[in-house]
Amino acid sequence: MFKTVLHAFVTAAKGLGLTLAHLFGARRSRKTRDVRQADYFEKQEGVTTVQFPREKMPIPEVARYQLDVEIDDCIVCDLCAKACPVDCITIESIKSPEVIGKTSDGSVKRLYAAKFDIDMAKCMYCGLCTVVCPTECITMTDQYDRSTVSLSDLTYSFSEMAPEDIEAKKQEWTRFQAEKEAAKRG
Amino acid sequence: MAFYLLYIAVAVALFGFMALFALFAVYAERKIAGFVQDRLGPMETGRYGSLQTFADILKLIQKEFITPSAADKILFAAAPVIIFTAVFLGFAVMPWAPGLAPAATNLGLFYVIAIISVDAIGLLMAGWGSNNKFSLLGSMRAVAQIVSYEIPAGIALISAVMIAQTLNLQEMTLNQGIQAETAPLFLGFLDVSKTGGLLAWHVFQAPHLLLAYVIFFIASLAECNRAPFDIPEAESELVGGFHTEYGGLRFAFIFLAEYAMMFLVAMIGVVVFLGGWNTPLPNIGSLKLAEWTTGPVWGVCWTLGKTLLIVGVQIWIRWTLPRLRADQLMTLCWKILTPMAFLCMAISGIWRVWAMG
Repeated sequence: MFKTVLHAFVTAAKGLGLTLAHLFGARRSRKTRDVRQADYFEKQEGVTTVQFPREKMPIPEVARYQLDVEIDDCIVCDLCAKACPVDCITIESIKSPEVIGKTSDGSVKRLYAAKFDIDMAKCMYCGLCTVVCPTECITMTDQYDRSTVSLSDLTYSFSEMAPEDIEAKKQEWTRFQAEKEAAKRG
Repeated sequence: MAFYLLYIAVAVALFGFMALFALFAVYAERKIAGFVQDRLGPMETGRYGSLQTFADILKLIQKEFITPSAADKILFAAAPVIIFTAVFLGFAVMPWAPGLAPAATNLGLFYVIAIISVDAIGLLMAGWGSNNKFSLLGSMRAVAQIVSYEIPAGIALISAVMIAQTLNLQEMTLNQGIQAETAPLFLGFLDVSKTGGLLAWHVFQAPHLLLAYVIFFIASLAECNRAPFDIPEAESELVGGFHTEYGGLRFAFIFLAEYAMMFLVAMIGVVVFLGGWNTPLPNIGSLKLAEWTTGPVWGVCWTLGKTLLIVGVQIWIRWTLPRLRADQLMTLCWKILTPMAFLCMAISGIWRVWAMG
């Protein structure tokens, strides 16, 4: 019994010593905040809390947080929407009778993006959309702090077309179709 | 008439003190927990989160009384009152300074131990009245634990009482300092009635009382349901134990009683073993440290200081040691603490007869 009691006291004292060391160690804050540094895990003393809005942890430039689309480079191929496991990307395209232009890497654009919405509330940050994109126009950015008061604010619209523009392009395509049909019959 | 007004004033002052202490202790608890775990604790409300507990209590006061429909209405409503009253009444006999105690009764220590036991009934009422399995389980554990741990705590106190020869807490304190009527003997042979200070405390008058104090301290942790003996509350397994169904002001009172209980048991330990309001500084030659630091104001300071130190140790232990299993809890109580306490009591008897004459 005395051996057990002694053991209990010794182990309790050990634990109490450890917590006391941390209690007094809490006067300092941990200096190394960047996980990329080699000695990050060697620094075990001090407070780890990052008081978020006032101080931020350093993150790499190529961090994979919220999605961004360079709509001028988008060929509206819909591959990202198909790759998305949670279906957070919604794309509507309008065909164009002739080539609209070229993306910065030389791909030919034949479709207008009437709608390019990404619901960041659904996004699970897997990055599959960025992998399949042929023109690399959809990328992940280092933006992670996008708190909003309304859920709909988390649906990002990347399409730059005005409603009347969309209407005009649609009509143009129907007219072109109709003309083609007429040419076939005639 | 003025007589009764004084009584009421004392009660209100004690209540105010308890409330302030609870607010401070909760803040201290959260801060210490944070620092021990390399966090910061509350930081947003007020400077360094200092107004956090005031905000908490404001929120609790504003909340609605919710009684579960299956609950026993009377027991459910009465339980927090009984739990709180039991602890509050305990403060009635605690001495604060020379000549300053709400009631210096001759049965002081016996009264405190008796009135604290009423707490167990309140806990059982809370658990049974809630009609919730977690609450009932928690309160059953609480009662089993409190009733068990009263035995080593009581016997450890008795071994000190045998040395002190009084149950009056004020007299007991008096006999541990320079104002003692019967000369306190350091380690049983050295007369320290002129030196006083640390050397005249009960734990140093008879060294086995140090063991008795450790036993009392461990048992007192169990009595106020503190970790590592917090199985009645066991946030991680029983939701909140006996207070699962409580909210608002009722919960606030249970919580207040819990923190006041921490202070009360720490204070009992301080008064019985650690010299109460006596100064820890001894007279050294012409340096009359003990005489300079004895008096009503000093007394309150020493009592508060020592008690808060013990409360600090309680908090420190809570954030270090993991919770005991129910069977380990009972093993510790019945197979280790109780025999040890009996041993202390036996040594006290021998000490009284042979060492102190």
